[in-house]
Amino acid sequence: MARFIVRRLIASIFLLIVVSAVVFLLFYVFPSADPAQLRAGRQANADQIQAIRESLGLDKSVIAQFWIYIKGVFTPLDLPGTDSHGPLYFGHSYQSNADVKDVIFSDLPATVMLVVGAVIVWMGVAIPTGIISAVRRRSFLDRATMITTLIFISAPVFWLGLVFLYLFADDVGLIPIFPGIGSYGAADTFAGKVGAMILPWLVLGLATAAIYARYLRSQMLDVMEEDYIRTAYAKGLPDKRVIMKHTLRSAITPIVTLLGLDVAVLLAGNAILTETVFNIPGVGAETFNAIKRSDLPMIQGITLFGAFFIVTLNLVVDIAYAYLDPRVRYD
Amino acid sequence: MSDSAHSAETLLSVEDLKVHFETDEGIVKAVDGVSFEVKRGEMLGIVGESGSGKSVANLTILGLTRASNATISGRIMFEGRDLTELGGEELQRIRGNEIAMIFQDPLSSLHPFFKVGDQLIEAIQVHRDVSKEEARKHATDLLGLVGIPDAKRRIGEYPHEFSGGMRQRVMIAMALANDPKLLIADEPTTALDVTTQAQILRLIERLREELGMAMIIVTHDLGVVAEVSDRVMVMYAGEAVESGTLDQIFYDPQHPYAWGLLGSLTRIDRPRTARLAQIAGQPPSLIRPPKGCHFRDRCPHAFEKCTEHPDLEARGGEAGHTDRCWIDPERKRELRVVSTGEIGLEAPEEVTS
Repeated sequence: MARFIVRRLIASIFLLIVVSAVVFLLFYVFPSADPAQLRAGRQANADQIQAIRESLGLDKSVIAQFWIYIKGVFTPLDLPGTDSHGPLYFGHSYQSNADVKDVIFSDLPATVMLVVGAVIVWMGVAIPTGIISAVRRRSFLDRATMITTLIFISAPVFWLGLVFLYLFADDVGLIPIFPGIGSYGAADTFAGKVGAMILPWLVLGLATAAIYARYLRSQMLDVMEEDYIRTAYAKGLPDKRVIMKHTLRSAITPIVTLLGLDVAVLLAGNAILTETVFNIPGVGAETFNAIKRSDLPMIQGITLFGAFFIVTLNLVVDIAYAYLDPRVRYD
Repeated sequence: MSDSAHSAETLLSVEDLKVHFETDEGIVKAVDGVSFEVKRGEMLGIVGESGSGKSVANLTILGLTRASNATISGRIMFEGRDLTELGGEELQRIRGNEIAMIFQDPLSSLHPFFKVGDQLIEAIQVHRDVSKEEARKHATDLLGLVGIPDAKRRIGEYPHEFSGGMRQRVMIAMALANDPKLLIADEPTTALDVTTQAQILRLIERLREELGMAMIIVTHDLGVVAEVSDRVMVMYAGEAVESGTLDQIFYDPQHPYAWGLLGSLTRIDRPRTARLAQIAGQPPSLIRPPKGCHFRDRCPHAFEKCTEHPDLEARGGEAGHTDRCWIDPERKRELRVVSTGEIGLEAPEEVTS
């Protein structure tokens, strides 16, 4: 197991280098606005733009720029032209000149809070819904929950967000009970921030819960056909124990894989729609701005962070699997 | 055959059991009016090919026929209680406690995520108010009883760490956990290789002698029945077609289907024929079985009378030997002999080479 983890960690670092290379390439191959020009503003002359270009290191070759970047992120070596050094130095924003790492770390709490709360909502809704609709298959309850989940699966998050604001936001809502757009940024206490998150949690959580409930239901139905479930009944176990212990234990395992990947992708910036609708200053919103402004160091940094989350959570899922399913062993 | 079996009182009595499944194509009569008895300490063998209703009948005894489209009628009397009338909780107290069951495929019958010991302990604790430590000790003893070496260590292992035969031993240990009065074994050796089959059969025989419980062994293999049973019931297309003692069925079989089963048995004490005998044709549809005798489409000896449905009754054999065949018992003795001293069912359209 330890060897497996070490091997995976080494592979992860190589993977992250490849990811940065790809982002670098995409940025140079595909046309985008000249960052130096954007930074200099409309009134600047050619000399000023050239000076900015040199100060940002954009006059060097792509290979040289990439090498400096990799050095900064992965090694403690000194970097030419700056007093900064790595590891974990992602450069400064072309636009605000802020340290990319600081910007990401200041955005992360909002995103983490959004994702964690949403996970609690969606697992809290999906697990009971999935179990009940599997056990009471074809009942009214099953059909009703499956139709409801279909609606939530089909509804885009940004539309669902606007509907929830229209219904429940305390400024424009029909039933004004929860804080609305921009309330997260405005809140200065933790309780205030929690209040501001209620609507985003519900929107992101319910949309995902629908998918999980359906998946869990089909997993449960598959497991119920297994011989070992018949054995459990033949032992004289009560129905509740057969379902909650023997069936759920098998059915929930694939859900763990799904959960790990979904959390990683959301932390990596995929909560962008929810964050945009509710104006939450998180990683997703930052990504949107960085792309709009051709801010390569920001895009690069956020992408690497995202890749890091995905790689790490994948590893966590694999390790968790070895504990969940005794037949899985790594060596 | 033990002598005490005949005088002992009846433990289980199944009376006119019908299990029908409603499907889009029609009603599948998986079990259609089956009656049998099991006395205390007795071993009943139920033989028939796939789809004859033998497994469904036995799952129904334990109330494990859970399909929502199933209709069950008849009576299943176990120690004075009709199991078909019991509620869920009452049945749970009987399952795995008074009546236990082992299944065909030991590879898929144990939960892959739980340790063997924990699955045994669970089976003990659901019926007995004992501490986990006591249950663990009992579980270890059970594994020893069914011949698993090094039980103390193996109790902490997962099912995938056991071989097929060892897993079936674990299943047997689990079934014995609460000293059941009746053990139902549904094809207990079918999924195992031949040498392991023999070991498991010997184990079952030994345990039955030591523990004195009654058993129903369900199988498609007359060879298995010959090893362990006192009495035999032959099932075909949802019905019992013949029932008698082991000797009656083996040496004086009355129903042509039983002749066919005996003829297809590979026996090393007989000269080898050029090809393995088989019963021609396919089992009939359980939705629309042939009118009259269900076997007549496959029977080379069928005649006009066979369009009437025969009852299961004594027809000239010894007492307690019943069958569903219209052929005159005297004539049966001639028809069933296919070659010197050998019972079988000839297939008229096939040339024996």
